[in-house]
Amino acid sequence: MHTLYNFVSGPLAWISFLVFIGGCLYKIYNLITLAQQKESFIFSIMSVKYGLRSIGHWLTPFGTVNMKKNPVMTIVTFAFHLCLFITPIFLLAHVILWDESFSLSWWSLPESIADIFTVVVIAGCCYFLYRRLTDPTVRYLTTASDFVLLAIVAAPFITGFLAYHQLFNYQLIMILHVLSGELMLVAIPFTRLSHMIYSPFTRAYIGSEFGGIRHARDW
Amino acid sequence: MSEPEKAITDDNLERCLAGLTKDRIKKAIDQVLKKESGARLKAYVETCVHCGLCSEACHVYLSKDNNPIYSPAGKVKRTIWEMIRKNGDVSPEFIKEASIIASTECNACKRCAMYCPFGIDVAYLMLTVRRICHLCGMTPMYIQDTAHSHAVTMNQMWVKDDEWIDTLQWQEEEAQDEMSNLRIPLDKEGAEIMYSVIGPEPKFQAYLIYNMAIIFNTVGADWTMPSTPGWDNSDMAMYTGDNEIMGRVKREHFDTAAKLKVKRIVMGECGHAFRSVYDMGNRWLSWRLPPIPIVHAIDYYYEILKTGKLKIKEKYKKSVTLHDPCNVIRGGGLAEKSRYVANALCENVIEMNPNREHNFCCNAGGGVINCGPPFKDKRVLSNRVKADQIKATGAEVLISPCHNCHSGLEDINHHYKCGVEIKFFSEIIYEIMEKPGE
Repeated sequence: MHTLYNFVSGPLAWISFLVFIGGCLYKIYNLITLAQQKESFIFSIMSVKYGLRSIGHWLTPFGTVNMKKNPVMTIVTFAFHLCLFITPIFLLAHVILWDESFSLSWWSLPESIADIFTVVVIAGCCYFLYRRLTDPTVRYLTTASDFVLLAIVAAPFITGFLAYHQLFNYQLIMILHVLSGELMLVAIPFTRLSHMIYSPFTRAYIGSEFGGIRHARDW
Repeated sequence: MSEPEKAITDDNLERCLAGLTKDRIKKAIDQVLKKESGARLKAYVETCVHCGLCSEACHVYLSKDNNPIYSPAGKVKRTIWEMIRKNGDVSPEFIKEASIIASTECNACKRCAMYCPFGIDVAYLMLTVRRICHLCGMTPMYIQDTAHSHAVTMNQMWVKDDEWIDTLQWQEEEAQDEMSNLRIPLDKEGAEIMYSVIGPEPKFQAYLIYNMAIIFNTVGADWTMPSTPGWDNSDMAMYTGDNEIMGRVKREHFDTAAKLKVKRIVMGECGHAFRSVYDMGNRWLSWRLPPIPIVHAIDYYYEILKTGKLKIKEKYKKSVTLHDPCNVIRGGGLAEKSRYVANALCENVIEMNPNREHNFCCNAGGGVINCGPPFKDKRVLSNRVKADQIKATGAEVLISPCHNCHSGLEDINHHYKCGVEIKFFSEIIYEIMEKPGE
């Protein structure tokens, strides 16, 4: 068990971080070269001002018409994504790991807050699952991969929660926690979780097209 | 509840279905998805998280009782996702269905691009599907005929060269009864403005050319109309996915303006033509924006009202409401100018809701009305929300500064008994303007 833990938190962690970072860079490189080859007009339309204007509106809770139309979804989405990013980066246990391995240290979340944030992420996943199963339109669009992706995102938080509260077999849960975190990192560039990488570009493009050419709002 | 639709038969789709091979389909899909498309297609397909938040943007979805298959993403699922998933190995029946979905269930109005958190442009994806269908020959008959007309005559309505000149001279003569020194100057080199219209105007709405001649002559504009092909700014090839013809038609149009050495092109109250010269056709020809400034009629009316060149006798009395055609409002930013013009002309302007960029589509644009009689019922039944929206205003007159919207709204007005009169701005202007010598 101990050797296994050392393996998943050692070499496997290196590999997953490399795949994650390399994969993201590759995806961005790929997207930009593809645009250069096939749709070079995109570069003539892209505008920093209108791109950021659009991203700004869509990063503001209730900053768009559609967010106002779907208040529950808006609140859940914002809470979910914020906690999804903040918790793993500022979790005390994670910061300690960085400190021990690389002597890199930064501010960390109080543990009780991190615990709540974790629950928010899990609850968000549950809401998305509920919405997928009950809303006929979303259900129609849903494929098996959507459930798999939800599971991939939920797993590190569920196992993290169990590990923090030392429920079940701590060592096993820890191994699963590390593994599922690594799986999520690796999945980001190669599944539809890649919306994390692509969305700033798609948003900036449509924002530029609406702002600079169409002279209309896109929110 | 939405009303049930009758079965639809389109002769060209049936003819194509009989002869279409899987080889040709695979070749067409590979050509478009692998060779022609690039970053946008890739990003849109890989980014969509199937959240369905685009649904409420679509008038078809809303009018069809929120039926999931009509949500923007639902239409993508039924077409392009499947083509990608099966790597082009789809049946002729599938292509026929895809053609119907892309050509008659989506107006490419881009309202959903404003509702998708990622800004995914479903209209672009639907036009990509139309392109694939075009390469398979699977395009609804009526709009295909229009594209043929563009290819042969450089106008949308099979208007012959002599008929065009004849129509202009006929309108000139008619208008001279009212304004004896009126001219419709043909091929006047170096004029400030080239006025361009769409094919249907000389074909069956010549009074609109008459109205515009009166307006131009009253404000003392230095204007001209070309006597040669290239006068038509419309473009249905753009909507069938026949990009090559779209390019030819637009080149002819811009070349005509360049030959006449005009400073700008003023165009009539048409939406899709604006899209073709300002957004799609120019881009196909590698211009970011049109090579010669394009001024839409709304913009021109704004200019002559604001500068006081056009004076009105008395404001229009009837209550009016204003439709926002996608291609000039969401596509050209003319929402506020349109309102300025409406308020300058009319006493009582009632806003419909939602309005401006968020206004609902007419369900005629994007080439849908051009798919003709076989799809008319479906088109009208798929836009109940527009009828509800119009009725809620209680206005007597609906101003629609776009030809396709105008015709589509007439059908909706008739079917749902909205009881409005539908008018172009130019009709109201003609009625209330101060004319010289009056």
